Amino acid sequence: MTTHTAPVPVGGPLLNKTTFIAGALIALMAAILLYRFIFGLGAVTDLSDGYPWGIWIVVDVMIGSAFACGGFSVAMLVYIFNKGEYHPLVRPALLASLLGYTLAGAGVIFDLGRWWNVWNMYWPWSANPNSVMFEVAVCITAYIVVMWIEFAPVFLEKLGLKDLKKKLNRFLFVIVALGTLLPMMHQSSLGTLWVVLGPQVHPLWQTPFVPALFLLTAIIMGYAVVLFESCIASSAYRRSIEVSLLNPMAKIMLGVVAAYLAVRLGDVIFRGVIGRSFHLSLEGLMFWLEMACFVAPFLIIGTEAQRRNPARLFVAGILLMLGGSLLRMNGFLIAYDTGPGFRYFPALPEILVTMGMFATEVLIYVVVTRRFPVLPREA
Amino acid sequence: MQQAFNQETNRAAEAAAAVIERRLQISRREFLQFCSGVAATLGLPAGAEAAIAQAVEAAKRPSVIWLHFQECTGCSESLLRAEHPTLEKLILDIISLDYHETLMVAAGHQAEKSRKDAMAANKGKYVLVVEGAIPTKDKGIYCKVGGHTAVDLVKECAADAAAVIAIGSCASWGGMPSTDPNPTGASSVGEVLGKPVVTIPGCPPSPYNFLATVVHFLTFGKLPATDKLGRPLFAYSRLIHENCERRAHFDAGRFAMEFGDEGHRKGYCLYKLGCKGPETYANCPTLGFGDAGEVSWPVGCGHPCIGCTEKGVGFAKPIHAVAKMLNVAPPLQYARIVEEQGRGATFASAAALAAIAGAAAGGAAMLTRNLGMSHKAEELEKAQDKAGKNKAEV
Repeated sequence: MTTHTAPVPVGGPLLNKTTFIAGALIALMAAILLYRFIFGLGAVTDLSDGYPWGIWIVVDVMIGSAFACGGFSVAMLVYIFNKGEYHPLVRPALLASLLGYTLAGAGVIFDLGRWWNVWNMYWPWSANPNSVMFEVAVCITAYIVVMWIEFAPVFLEKLGLKDLKKKLNRFLFVIVALGTLLPMMHQSSLGTLWVVLGPQVHPLWQTPFVPALFLLTAIIMGYAVVLFESCIASSAYRRSIEVSLLNPMAKIMLGVVAAYLAVRLGDVIFRGVIGRSFHLSLEGLMFWLEMACFVAPFLIIGTEAQRRNPARLFVAGILLMLGGSLLRMNGFLIAYDTGPGFRYFPALPEILVTMGMFATEVLIYVVVTRRFPVLPREA
Repeated sequence: MQQAFNQETNRAAEAAAAVIERRLQISRREFLQFCSGVAATLGLPAGAEAAIAQAVEAAKRPSVIWLHFQECTGCSESLLRAEHPTLEKLILDIISLDYHETLMVAAGHQAEKSRKDAMAANKGKYVLVVEGAIPTKDKGIYCKVGGHTAVDLVKECAADAAAVIAIGSCASWGGMPSTDPNPTGASSVGEVLGKPVVTIPGCPPSPYNFLATVVHFLTFGKLPATDKLGRPLFAYSRLIHENCERRAHFDAGRFAMEFGDEGHRKGYCLYKLGCKGPETYANCPTLGFGDAGEVSWPVGCGHPCIGCTEKGVGFAKPIHAVAKMLNVAPPLQYARIVEEQGRGATFASAAALAAIAGAAAGGAAMLTRNLGMSHKAEELEKAQDKAGKNKAEV
């Protein structure tokens, strides 16, 4: 690990086109959220009794937190499998995770009809420890705290608090261990939520294996986000891409994808529902679209030579992010049927809030990487 | 003492049973079944069947004079064709049918004489049954029997009758002959006599409604309670719609829309085919016809009720005209079982989503192109470096 150059701030102006657009989107989101907190969910969303979860949950929380698994996936690689060479990827991935999870936590609050009651979830006398939601809520909250501690050295370095950093480093391994354990728990629990929905979820998605599918895809999406982010960051900051790191990591990622495909296909075949995917229906189409997103990367970055091309890594990363997102969207919204009469399509304010959430992530990422030591020093 | 009395009663009953078995040529059991059936039809309380049995057994058969005017004899036919094994026997045995133009053997003056004789012999005690409407236009010349107009005959026979029963729709309210423009001035018995009479409307009416009325008269010495149109309440107090076996379909909004369509074949409600059940009072759905079971009646067979028991409905309203609802009118549209929730895609939201997807795809494509180009350039540079090095080495 010590062979790597220490991360440094990228520097440069904080006011540019990207931050300006992100700021505008955030302002729009803030206005909509103000309206939402005054006039309620019905005023801004298309939510109904049949679709109590819209894109604020499915995209901002389910998909957002899966995108935020980069930190967990890379940390697992570095600290559990002792692949120290990937260390330069840890901090940027952790930053993205930190932002993703913190905003997912905020997104849950936006979606709560009676958000002022949320404290009951943590209050021992009101909490319901038998609920899947309780597990998810407590686990995610704990993980957000853990990640902030895990990322704290960055701020401590910046502020020059070396003593404190030293003290923190002494027990940081516990935090890192928790940071690997907690996402495994709640990412699979997010899948369990879907098991709880029962037959309302189409049989192609409703399976007792869904916690495993969610965990595997969360890991895959974590790596895919790192590919995506590295390409974007290098392109935006005009830096060279760490292909020497991304190439072997992509190979590991493909291994996880293969495992996922085996579980996914095995499940639909052994449950005898594969035939449903050949029906001429939206569900059948979405199933194969989702599968295609997971299979195509083998054709795009299957060989060593292909993986050296950052363009290919970038496209494969996007496809896997899309595949994992489709899995979640299909189960929670598209192939989710609560009976006749219920329709859902994200309303414009919902879309704008989700856009604002992603804009917030981009803005904070830009500010932090430009001013704090996150990205590795350019050779 | 009590035992002796019981034995006495039993012996008397046995003797009576023997008599009735001989007279009606049916078993005691069948006879009592008939009496119970009539009591039930009349809606009489338990124990009435015994009174009925006694009255019938007493064999004081009332003399009945049966007049036919503007009609088709369908009412008589339905009485005679009743499939109840002993019905015709009972009709002819409970009553003394002294004058019935279709059934009597006598003809000509002999027939007229038998009517006059019966009227004289049972003055004030006989029952007059009228089948068919009575033409009143042009001094009633459109229907004559033995040289007498129908109007005269009815008035003559009704004068000394103990009771007058109008059977069938024609006698009850004019029926088919009175249909507009009513060229003969066909009128009901009540209109001609100027007083209310008991009416058994129907085209034809259920024979049991007539029979029960007669048995009621026989048992209690008076005619059953009637509504304001003279119809016995036991048979005509309920709308057909109220007891119809297809009612559930009506309530659920399932209607046959044309003969032979899916709904018709599935036995849906015939209201929209013009069934007059909702404005017609009769016990057809509960009694049925021809002793063939509950579904043996027009609506049961798949034809809408034409409202034959109801003046102004039967033969007046077109058969397929929709009935006037006397109780609850069905709404033109039923409330949806499912209430729609959620707006679904709007132009703005769909457009925004499409724009974002397009921008993301475009951005990704551009970035991919740039990455690919820089990669190619790098590879080229490496190749050139290699070549340069090689050259230098050489």
